[in-house]
Amino acid sequence: MCLGVPGKIVERYEKEGLPMGKVDFGGGTLREACLAYVPEAQPGDYTIIHVGFALNILSEEDALETLALLREMDSLGEELAPDEVCN
Amino acid sequence: MDKIDLTGAVCPLPLSDNEQIVMGHGSGGKMSHDLITKIFLPAFDNPALSAGDDGAVLALPAGRLVLSVDSHVVFPLFFPGGDIGHLAVCGTVNDVAVMGATPLYLTAGFILEEGLPLETLRRVVESMKQAADEAGVKIVSGDTKVVERGKADGLFVSTTGVGILPEGREISGSRAKAGDVVILSGFMGDHGIAVLAARGELGFETAVQSDCAPLNHLIAAALAVSENIHVLRDPTRGGVATTLNEIAKQAGVCITLNELSLPVRPAVASTCEMLGFDPLYVANEGKVLVLVARADAEKVLAALRATKYGEDAVVIGEVSAAPQGRVLMKTAFGSTRVVDMLAGEMLPRIC
Amino acid sequence: MKYVTEFRDAELVGGVLEKIRQTVTRPWTMMEICGGQTHSIVRYGIDQLLPPEIELVHGPGCPVCVTPLEQIDRALAIAARPDVIFTSYGDMLRVPGSARDLFSVRASGGEVRVVYSPLDAVKIAQANPDKQVVFFAIGFETTAPANVMAVMQAKNLNLKNFSVLVSHVRVPPAMHAILGSPSNRVQGFLLAGHVNAVMGYHEYPPLLEKYQVPMAITGFEPLDLVQGIYETVRMLEAGRVEIVNAYARAVTFEGNQPAQKMINQVFMECDRAWRGIGVIPASGWCLRPEFDGFNAEKRFDVGDIVTKESPLCIAGQIMQGLKKPHDCSAFGKQCSPETPLGATMVSSEGACAAYYKYGR
Repeated sequence: MCLGVPGKIVERYEKEGLPMGKVDFGGGTLREACLAYVPEAQPGDYTIIHVGFALNILSEEDALETLALLREMDSLGEELAPDEVCN
Repeated sequence: MDKIDLTGAVCPLPLSDNEQIVMGHGSGGKMSHDLITKIFLPAFDNPALSAGDDGAVLALPAGRLVLSVDSHVVFPLFFPGGDIGHLAVCGTVNDVAVMGATPLYLTAGFILEEGLPLETLRRVVESMKQAADEAGVKIVSGDTKVVERGKADGLFVSTTGVGILPEGREISGSRAKAGDVVILSGFMGDHGIAVLAARGELGFETAVQSDCAPLNHLIAAALAVSENIHVLRDPTRGGVATTLNEIAKQAGVCITLNELSLPVRPAVASTCEMLGFDPLYVANEGKVLVLVARADAEKVLAALRATKYGEDAVVIGEVSAAPQGRVLMKTAFGSTRVVDMLAGEMLPRIC
Repeated sequence: MKYVTEFRDAELVGGVLEKIRQTVTRPWTMMEICGGQTHSIVRYGIDQLLPPEIELVHGPGCPVCVTPLEQIDRALAIAARPDVIFTSYGDMLRVPGSARDLFSVRASGGEVRVVYSPLDAVKIAQANPDKQVVFFAIGFETTAPANVMAVMQAKNLNLKNFSVLVSHVRVPPAMHAILGSPSNRVQGFLLAGHVNAVMGYHEYPPLLEKYQVPMAITGFEPLDLVQGIYETVRMLEAGRVEIVNAYARAVTFEGNQPAQKMINQVFMECDRAWRGIGVIPASGWCLRPEFDGFNAEKRFDVGDIVTKESPLCIAGQIMQGLKKPHDCSAFGKQCSPETPLGATMVSSEGACAAYYKYGR
């Protein structure tokens, strides 16, 4: 259920009493979304958008932690890790 | 009612210089004639058309005649990267070109809606002229009808293309063979997404431009370097997936795509993600699929990449014998799935 | 961090799949609740890459599929009224009612418009004061915050020509129904990450305790899916019964509290019929009585609705994880995405449509 797509909030403003914002879905695709449920969200934050509403603020810390964990767990991860350091 | 201002009163002669299409423009009388002489003839100027007869008399080079007709309806009439006029010329030029033929002439039938601004018509006709010039084809016969307001979406254009196919050249969906590779001449889905954005109904903005373009020069470049091109087809409505399904069924072969090689612009990809679309099903108006024997693939690819509209050409898949009539996709993860035709209209989804 | 490509990394997915293969020792049946996950699993072919011990069964989490036939017939009747602009998410247009779908209502002259967001429907109401604008408010918990905001906004704007036809359902009661069924086969759950993004997961411990099934909150990208499966397999193999949050970047225990608060202001719990399954107690949300003025069911009297479901369709059993699309005698024959007999063949989230489209 529920196509939720990550996007970056690039602007926050009010419209007809509702907190709204412009969300960048990548590659220059923008759409207005309602930010009423993420009162603390600021431009630069990533969020999951579902039917024009921001559902949350994505946690970069958690995302990186998940990826690190999976890399570690992955036997390939050990080989990949040095590359990452170089980058 | 006691004050009647007569200062502006004039004898009610019919207006000769309407700024918009009125029913009289379709009457076949003087107004129709005016429309032709003021708008169509100056733009499409060529002897066959200017002769003013009911049909065009054309001399044809040797070879077989290829005819193709296409009706064009699009809303909005103008969109980033193109308009209905450009589309009407390119669409039909491309349909003739993918038969392996050299397109030479077009006819154009216009259905105009009462109230259409003449300026709009002028712009569309000018755009047709530019596309025809670029493609090197002449618009040699035309027709105009006017329908009452509300009975057409501004303007519909139907074009027929005439081309010549050299003896010995056979290009057909039924000729796809095991061992062919599938080349796509550039990024998928640009036209569909550009038009959808221009409609504004779904409220998104994107920098994507329609890829609408005449492909006859590009196709000629490919045909010049290989005699082993078996299929050429432009993946318009229904996108690459639907067109390849048609070919797979026509030829009784299997086409396997490599997901990692599918060319999609970031803006098209992100719009598709947002709306729940798959770019494989989104329309193109300036792309061609080339199925060519593997041995000639590199040559054809190089020839395509040297053309204006083929810079981003890539191999996206290959043809095998079985399962017949199927299009498969090797995913980025090593699994394989079926790629079906588009079922019905593509709609944004929530799930 | 773009939150997309990172989670489609084929090498990482391969690594997690390898871990799953190393961990699994015997057959397990797990259900992905959410149809969006079904779609992703089949689209990326993740089911093919799993060891044979793991069977994924597809849950009822497709709002389009479970919207009861009666409500669809009501929508069709309202949409056919000349005074109405009927607005809907695109998914609903092809869903067959007893006799027709919204597309055919549109072809017969009804004004049916697809909207991306329910706030777009509110805008249509503002722009068309001489028309009644009705929005088909379907969905699970994920969609509820948007749908209730549309009602609240219409109220704040004092719109008299906007109403919603509600068919809202919730995940935990459906899980109760599935797990409580004597024929249940599900041993572990992949929870629907976006539902949890809104609701958190404080509602799930009672389910865990009562039925002793492990659950992993799971996202939608390939890496999320294999991670959710891996966490579930690990718990099953170790005999642990826990909830693991495998979608931590998007989900917290409490969920989105402003959204939950707004849902509670506008909606209240009610019994709801699920298409193909039947009435599940307290499984739905409907408008609170103070929002009667925005309730399309109250505003439009469309008479008695007599529904007629295809006798061949086994969508209900498929959505309970009892059967798979292939088990249906009509699959791919009388029933296809062009001529669907049941909603699971219509929605791209529906298990039947996913199987058909991706050739399972």
